[in-house]
Amino acid sequence: MDAISGWFQRLYESTGFNFSIFYDSYDWNRYVSGLKMTLILSVTTILISLVLGAAGALIQSGPSRLLRSLVNAFVVVFRNTPPLVQLFFFYFGLGTMLPATETATGMREPLLNNVGWAIISLSLFAAAFNVEIFRSGIEAVPKTTIEAAEALGYTRFKAYCHIVLPLAIRVCLPALNNNLVNLLKTTTLAYAIAVPETLYALKQIWSESQNVLEMMIVLLATYGILVGVLVWLMHRWERAMHIPGYSR
Amino acid sequence: MTAAWTADQPMVKCTDVRKSFGAFEVLKGISLSVRKGEVICIIGPSGSGKSTLIRCINALVPITSGTIHVEGIDVTDPQLDKLALRRKVGMVFQQYNLFPHKTALQNVMMAPLHVLRQEKGAVEERSRALLAKVRLAGKEDSYPGELSGGQQQRVAIARSLAMRPDVMLFDEVTAALDPETVKEVLVTIRELVEEGMTCMLVTHEMGFAREVADQIYFTDHGVIVEHGPPATFFTEARDERTRQFLSQIL
Amino acid sequence: MTMPPDLRDRLPVLLPFRLCRSKTQHRLGAGSGALLCVSLVLFAATASAQAGRVVPSTLQVIAKWAPLLLTGFAFNILISAFAMLLGTITGLGLGLGLLSELRPIRQVSWALTQIFRNAPWLVLLFFVMFLVPFQITIFNVRIPFPDWVKATVGFALPVMANVAEVVRGAVKSLPSTQWEAAEALAFTRRQTMWRIILPQCIKRMLPPWMNIYSLVTMSTVLASIVGVSEMLTLTAQVHAAEGGRPELFAPLYGFALLCFFLYCYPINLWTAQLERRFQTR
Repeated sequence: MDAISGWFQRLYESTGFNFSIFYDSYDWNRYVSGLKMTLILSVTTILISLVLGAAGALIQSGPSRLLRSLVNAFVVVFRNTPPLVQLFFFYFGLGTMLPATETATGMREPLLNNVGWAIISLSLFAAAFNVEIFRSGIEAVPKTTIEAAEALGYTRFKAYCHIVLPLAIRVCLPALNNNLVNLLKTTTLAYAIAVPETLYALKQIWSESQNVLEMMIVLLATYGILVGVLVWLMHRWERAMHIPGYSR
Repeated sequence: MTAAWTADQPMVKCTDVRKSFGAFEVLKGISLSVRKGEVICIIGPSGSGKSTLIRCINALVPITSGTIHVEGIDVTDPQLDKLALRRKVGMVFQQYNLFPHKTALQNVMMAPLHVLRQEKGAVEERSRALLAKVRLAGKEDSYPGELSGGQQQRVAIARSLAMRPDVMLFDEVTAALDPETVKEVLVTIRELVEEGMTCMLVTHEMGFAREVADQIYFTDHGVIVEHGPPATFFTEARDERTRQFLSQIL
Repeated sequence: MTMPPDLRDRLPVLLPFRLCRSKTQHRLGAGSGALLCVSLVLFAATASAQAGRVVPSTLQVIAKWAPLLLTGFAFNILISAFAMLLGTITGLGLGLGLLSELRPIRQVSWALTQIFRNAPWLVLLFFVMFLVPFQITIFNVRIPFPDWVKATVGFALPVMANVAEVVRGAVKSLPSTQWEAAEALAFTRRQTMWRIILPQCIKRMLPPWMNIYSLVTMSTVLASIVGVSEMLTLTAQVHAAEGGRPELFAPLYGFALLCFFLYCYPINLWTAQLERRFQTR
């Protein structure tokens, strides 16, 4: 590790390219904690949005008219408005309306901090897209397959869990993966409410050390690698879920 | 209401069954009864309501009026225990409808495991025996997409048999198959018949119907025009419509 | 044992997957619309109730500032239009590069597309804002780059990459028989592309292209983070001008949400309609 930091130090001294995160431990720690926050945001929002999407799709094919309208309204609003404005609405608008406690110094401390609101807002945003994707997957399961399940004695809910949902997921996987990769990229919006993720950390570093170009390159490379890893994971998942004999 | 049913009463009894889809009446008063161990074949032109009738017996489609009793269970009862009915009645469809994300063995095992909650070891043993019975002994771990049409249909038959039904309904099960593969499915059904299973078949295979059926029912435009044992049905059909239909297909 | 291909097509193992907004499409029907209106009214009432003082109601505040905010919104639309124009032209070129017969061009185009598609929009915006100088001097002529122009370029980059992908997908979706017929008639590759392939592709490219426009419009608010004075910046200034009361946050941002919703929802509906129409051909 010393060899790497030594190399970058020499690079700075000879050419002026200042990749400070590689030889300065303080900067490195800030970068890594930003990276950790990005990963936390991505993983939690992906998982929550998948659950919400599946639940929303189940409600949409259910009997209750009221619930169907609710889910429909939710999807329409969240798909046709900017996610940044949604984030501000949740954090500033709803956040200040909720009850708050006071810290020891008398400062107002809200119940849910900015990371929490970022997770909520981004999960809802992604869930709106997932509901539509899951619904298209569910519609690809022929009615006759559900009929066969019914003839074997499955109730509607059991058939949904054991047969319809597994089939729907396998069919809509490419579109779902696309959406999840977009979600990873959308986590950068949390910068706007001062969530200390990768962009925030790197901006702090380049504001202090004046190495904008180098940190930009690191930023682009970081997200390039993150997206690449996620895409690879999704491909592995797609291959594991592949139904033998169906489709190319 | 489950009345006390004894083996001398008909296993399946339909009385004046009517079914309308909106303004269009598909079944216009069907009455038939099937005794235990009997095999009946329902034939007729397309659109005569044969598939609808089969689906009504299994409570997949609700009927507008009339009654259907299966082993004493009233299918039209709004408080019907569908699971109890589906344990007694097995159904095989024209389009096989296997679950493509599970292997053949898993397809057969699924319903007893998830619906009847039986113990896994016993279910697996029975499922393997069923697959061997329909002559698919080496194909337990193949997925439906890797099997031919005839093989998939036989897996579908094994899947319905896994629930140990008393009555088997077959809805034009060979209609989607190549002529070569039709035979292997018919052999499987004949073996079932010889073991004493009560069967109701909707079919176009007249030669097969003549061999295995005890009674042949001819439907046209939602009514049963006539019925009789195959020996007399094909040669001495009484009704003009029956004779016309038979002359077109034989 | 594998099945013969024709038999496989007859088996309804699964219906083809279409990310369809066609059949049971998400529309703002009577039920959903009523629910939204009710929730908006309840929300405004709660917000005013929490204020607790005698102040001009939130609706009056919004009515007062609406003209200013709407000019901000118009500026957003302007940025989106320019970004879309710039991105479409360059994206078309990049898309043709993706389809080129020469390997080096194909590989460079592929690399550019991947870079600009995989990077988050905000990161690309920062990239352009910080690295493009605020003015350049060519032949003693000073060309200033105001903030909003840099932001427009920043938005045009991902548009370019997405349009390139759309172009490539559309061209690849045409049956190869079209190319064969053109070749048999002695068209050169360039003539085939411009006279035969691309005109047919325009219809296929339209729905995804409109989808990209909707995305760009919604992304223009990102410019407020890097200091461009557009609607969201104005909203923050209006809030400060009204005394920075916390209960005004939700209505003001709600107004912004409403503006974007009223602009983007008809576009998306129209896109879905076009998609449906072109699919049945």
